[in-house]
Order: sequence, then structure tokens, then C-alpha cells
Amino acid sequence: MNIVTPELGLIFWQVVIFLIVLLLLRSFAWKPILSSLKERESSIEGALRMADQAKLEMQQLQAGNEKLLADARMERDRLLKEATAMSNQFIEQAKTKATEEGARMIEQAREAIRNEKNAALAEVKNTAAQLSIDIAERILRRELTDQPAQQQLVDSYLKEVKLN
Amino acid sequence: MKRLLFALFCLLSLTARASEPVATTADATESENFNPGEMILHHIGDSHEWHWFTLGETHYTTYLPVIAYRAGNGLSVFSSHELAEGKVHEGLKLEHEHLVSEDGSKVYDFSITKNVASLMLSALVLLVVFTAVARGYAKRGTGAPRGIQSFFEPIIVFVRDEVAKKSIGPKYERYMPYLLTVFFFIWFNNLMGLMPGGANLTGNIAVTMMLALFTLLITLFSSNKNYWAHIFATPGVPKLLLPIMIPVELIGVFVKPFSLMVRLFANITAGHIVTLSFISLIFIFRNLGVAPVSLAFGLFINVLELLVAILQAYIFTLLTAMYIGGAVEDHHDADYQMGGGDGATPAQVH
Repeated sequence: MNIVTPELGLIFWQVVIFLIVLLLLRSFAWKPILSSLKERESSIEGALRMADQAKLEMQQLQAGNEKLLADARMERDRLLKEATAMSNQFIEQAKTKATEEGARMIEQAREAIRNEKNAALAEVKNTAAQLSIDIAERILRRELTDQPAQQQLVDSYLKEVKLN
Repeated sequence: MKRLLFALFCLLSLTARASEPVATTADATESENFNPGEMILHHIGDSHEWHWFTLGETHYTTYLPVIAYRAGNGLSVFSSHELAEGKVHEGLKLEHEHLVSEDGSKVYDFSITKNVASLMLSALVLLVVFTAVARGYAKRGTGAPRGIQSFFEPIIVFVRDEVAKKSIGPKYERYMPYLLTVFFFIWFNNLMGLMPGGANLTGNIAVTMMLALFTLLITLFSSNKNYWAHIFATPGVPKLLLPIMIPVELIGVFVKPFSLMVRLFANITAGHIVTLSFISLIFIFRNLGVAPVSLAFGLFINVLELLVAILQAYIFTLLTAMYIGGAVEDHHDADYQMGGGDGATPAQVH
């Protein structure tokens, strides 16, 4: 039968043309197409992996932020507590100091008053002594002349003298 | 050569040519001479000119170049028009579409026949289409495919993932160009064969024989020691049985590509024969009433052939990949390879 007998011419052309097509398509079609497909698949895979990684990083970042925030809050509380304590201490110290100073000043004032008083008393005593001597001297001089007059004089003198 | 019927049909036997003068003069006997077998065989066979159609008595034919080599005369190249209607040129003539020399010496026929012309055309189409697809990738890089690129990408990815990767395994990349070329070559030529006026290229035994031979050569050249160990020392087979097993396995090596050759040839040729037979019914019954029925059946078969076109391309590629996979696989799995010589026998597929 004709149709099951391969013909030499067609065998020849089939081999030649098929090999040409195979070689041309291999270098000009299949290689670029397959490498592009591979490249695209790997780029998609890479993008997906990167997205996953970014999500993970985001979560880590968020967790980190929260931790940081909590730390900051704790730190703030601690600082506030410390500051309050310190200010309380300062106030306490100032109060003590002020009380002490006041007491000291009062004491000083008292001392001064006491000194002044003593000085004044001493002066009064001196003055009184002086006066007594003066009066005594004058009396003594008057006595020599007139008794009533002397008495009068003493009285007048005494009138003059004002204690203090 | 004389076409005895209008539209599409021509008779080709020597007796028909011999009775030409009688037949042309007696129109009434013409349709009596209609021989569907000859008509169909002519249609699925090769010819030295490309006959498109006949209107009335005018034939619309493209005459293709005849290239012949004879030991004494050397190379002769001329148009097949010189041989039309049984003419003799440079001592050559056509006999049953076979180029023979008048003196009976051996003729080596390298003519650009209808099939060769169709083969060249399909090669051109393949190159144009797939360089266009490749240009899409060059232009868009890793971006989304568009146009013709997006039509062929899923098919290419299918051949890569479902055929090559699964059947060959990790070494699939080396064989991708051959598998893709074979797949699209067969598919495109199957489709071109279905077009009106198209040549029955993939239904030609020479073409399928060469495709199967390529597969055989690739399988043998990429085979590793496991492959040969399986043939000459089949694991799990008692030593006494080896004298029987070795010939069987050796025959299996050649039966596999042989089945590839026959399957593609038979499927495509059968489709053409069935379609033409349905059309012939009109002329056999000489009744217009038969026309709608036979046209409906013919259309059904033609649509079925569209499916068969891609199916056969897929089967050929898949089996090629499986044979290569069997030859290159490292770990030998006795159940996987060669379960009955040929995983999918012609009986199972179509």
C-alpha cells in the first residue's frame, strides 16, 4: 500500500526541516521563553517570600514598639516617683532647716535682748549710783545751811530723777 | 492526470488515465467511475503539485518543483507542470504519483511535494509564531503576558510542568526544546491538515517515522546504566528467564517508537479517511438528500479531529517524555517504567 511506504524525499525533507526548526526555535524561542518563565516564577516567589518576611518584621516591630512603650511608661512612673520622693525630701529638709534657723535666730535675739537688758541694768545701776552720789553731795552741801531747805532740795531732786 | 469529478476529487489510477479519452467524451459514465477508495487514498497521499480545487473543467493547481537525482543524469530540477497530464520530461514521468524514469533506472526523488511544501509552511508558521511569543517575553520581561504570548504560555507551562517535569524528573530541562518543538510541530501540522486544501502531513508515515526516530535516538543517547541494566538484567527476574526477557526487552526498545509512529499516522489518516468517506456517500448514492446527513457527520468528525489534533500532539509528547524519563531515571522503579512495553497502547488512546 502506498500510504504505509515512507518516501525517501519526504524523509529527507522532514529530517532537514524539523532539525532546522528545532535548532532555530531552541535558540530563538524556547530558551528565552523558558528562562523568562523561570525568572518570572522566581521573582513572584521572591516577592511572596519578601512579603511574608515584611509581615513578620512588621509584627516584630510592633511587638518591639509595644515593649518600648511599656518600658517608657515604666520609666516615666519611676522617674515621677523618684522626683516626688526627692521633692518631698527637699521640702522636709527645707522645713527642718528653716525651723532650725528660726530657732537659732530666736535664740540669738534672746541672747541680744539679755545682753542689752544686762547692759541697761548696769547703766541704770551706774546712773543711780552717780545720782545718789550727786544727790548726796548736794545734800551734804545744803545740809550745811538749811535743814528744811535741804529736805526740799532732796525732794525736788528726787522729783527730777526719773527712773529711766 | 485527470480529475474526473468536480470539486475536490480526482482519480489517479493508471487505468483511469488510460481510459481518459473515453471518459472525457462520455460524461454519463464519469460518475459511474467514481471510486471512493482511490479518491480518498489520493487525498491522504502525497502529490507533486498542490491541487486546490476544480471549478467546472478548470483546475486550480500550484505546480511545485520536482527535484530528482539519477545516477547517470545527475540532478534535474523543473516544475511539476512539465509532468502534468502524464507528460514526460527529461526522461521522467509520474506513475501513481511516483516519479519514475522512462528507462527504468533508479530515481531518487527529493521533490518539493505537497507535503514538503506544507512542511516548509508549517516550519515558517512555527518560527513566526514562537519568535513572536519570545519577543513578548523580551519586551515585557517578568511582567504579565499579553496577546499571543498569553495564549501560548499556559500550553508551554503545561508541557513543562505536566509532561516534562512529571515524566522526566529533575533532568527535564535538557529535553524541553525537543518536547515543545514536537508538541507544537504535531499540533500545528494536524490543524493545517484539517484546513481545506491542506496536506495530510502528520498522517504521512515518513513524517511520523522520523519523529519517532528522533525520540528513539534521544532516548538511546540519554540512557544511563539503569536503563540498560533493566534490559539485560531485569531486576527481580530469575536468571533462567533472562534468555527470554532480554529479547523481549530489546524488542520493547523499538516497539515504543514504532507505536509512536503508527499511532500518530493512523489517528490522523483515519480522521481524514472518515471525513472523506462521509463526503463520498453523497457521490456514491448520487442523491442530494444524503448531503445534509453526510455533511453533518463530516462536520462532527472534523470537530472531533480538532480535539484529536491537540490530543495526539499531547500523547506523542507525553510518551516521548516518559520514554526519556525511563532512560534517564536514577533510581530504578520496576513498576514505573515499561509496564507492558508501552504505557498507553493505541487501543487505549483513540
